[in-house]
Amino acid sequence: MLEVFSLPFMQRALLAGLLIGAMTSYLGVFVVQRRMSFLGSGLGHAALGGVALGIYLGFEPAYVSLPFTVLVGLLIVWVKEKGGLGGDTAVGIFFSLSVALGILLLALKNAYGAEALAYLFGSILAVGPADLKAALLVTLFVLITLPFWGRWAYATFDRDLAAADRVPVRRDDYLLTALIAAVVVVGLKVVGILLVAAFLVLPAASARLVARTFAGMTLFSVLFGVLGVVLGLFLAYAYDVPSGAAIILVEGALFLLILLAKDAKTLMSLRD
Amino acid sequence: MPPAVEFDHLTVRFGRYNALEDVTFSVPEGAFLAIVGPNGAGKSTLLKVILGLIRPTSGRVQVFGQPPKKVAPTWIGYVPQFKTLDRSFPALAIELVASGRLLRWPFRVPPGVRAEAEAALARVRGAHLADKPLSGLSGGELQRVYLARAFVRRPRLLLLDEPATGMDVLGEADMYAMIEDYRDETGATVMMITHDWEAAYHHATHVLVLNRRVIGFGPPERALTEECLRRAFGHVGHLHPLAFHVEGGRDA
Repeated sequence: MLEVFSLPFMQRALLAGLLIGAMTSYLGVFVVQRRMSFLGSGLGHAALGGVALGIYLGFEPAYVSLPFTVLVGLLIVWVKEKGGLGGDTAVGIFFSLSVALGILLLALKNAYGAEALAYLFGSILAVGPADLKAALLVTLFVLITLPFWGRWAYATFDRDLAAADRVPVRRDDYLLTALIAAVVVVGLKVVGILLVAAFLVLPAASARLVARTFAGMTLFSVLFGVLGVVLGLFLAYAYDVPSGAAIILVEGALFLLILLAKDAKTLMSLRD
Repeated sequence: MPPAVEFDHLTVRFGRYNALEDVTFSVPEGAFLAIVGPNGAGKSTLLKVILGLIRPTSGRVQVFGQPPKKVAPTWIGYVPQFKTLDRSFPALAIELVASGRLLRWPFRVPPGVRAEAEAALARVRGAHLADKPLSGLSGGELQRVYLARAFVRRPRLLLLDEPATGMDVLGEADMYAMIEDYRDETGATVMMITHDWEAAYHHATHVLVLNRRVIGFGPPERALTEECLRRAFGHVGHLHPLAFHVEGGRDA
């Protein structure tokens, strides 16, 4: 069965998937604990604007979408900070504007074709060398910021305590959002615009159910994220179904299993 | 020696709302200041200005003779209201205490820091809480853990935002004894927000009665007068609880 991973496109998809799965699930712990799940969804949709801009201008969509979505992410934080608006409102504004821009540009280019659809639903066949390069580049950035885990976790626990201890919480908001935006963009080809937010949320949510510490939650989240990618890609190939849906359904099943197991454990302890 | 904290005509405005207006007073080093005032009086804002979390609109604040942002964070031990705790955050008590020493959240608590954190927990009679999840602690236990977090860095200034909230009478007495012991041992300055006038009267060397402006400031006998409390709160309830004490000072 493992010979499927000897196919070049599967190897590319697996490598990109593993990198993206590890990154999204790592950043997902901050998204979940900071209650920013809507940000992932908003950035995923905002990326459509960037993809459409790339298609419209005739450039590789991943390379245009990456800076575009990062910029949108930074604008969301800026508007939230300066405008005194709730995070969900700021996300809602840029999410709808970007989608509107994307629809407009695709219509102008008459490009509602397979390429655009691949971004909507994700397709392992669509993961090309450019996507893999983008994933490697973003992974490098995430690795560079690994030493910031301690201060991001501190600010996630209590923003005021962290700020009082001179953690640059505002600057870190921009950095973290930019990274989430970048990871969302490189995850689009594998899971698609519609499902990329779940990629950020589900492994972290599952990890939250089993971990006693935030460090444990981070490790479990990455483990679940990677596991979901491997199993999901395998199922996608074996049953010829879309990769994004397969990965997210595996992640969802894992979450439900852990939740039920935890519930059963609680019931057993109550009975004793 | 400069005062531990000095406010000079400090005003903090949020939009059109004045949270603090023309606040001027100074806290001598080693003092125990209790801050009393009604809800929305600007008490927590005052502490956040000292921490450098809120920038004054006008006026000046100095902490040990320096602007707040210049003060080493380890000089200040801050105990926030435990109501602000996100109980969904997976963490152990020892990690929260260690964060006070490391100035970041620990991925793993290093053995040396763990020993210091355990000693700080023992100091607040919370050694048994070290490996318990924060989500399972009672309000009183959480306050002890937060106090240990403040103590672990051996601060020169303790800022306490309603530290006795959620505690029973014995727990409250314990909490004040621990704060006073630390102050006696280190000579640290304490600034404590409290809704408990009795506690302010009995434990503090100075009291600030605040309602966006300074209503009264000085030794408890002078600041906790019926007139000051009436001006700050609009009324003093059914009975001024300190009426018996104030006449003849603290030992009456």
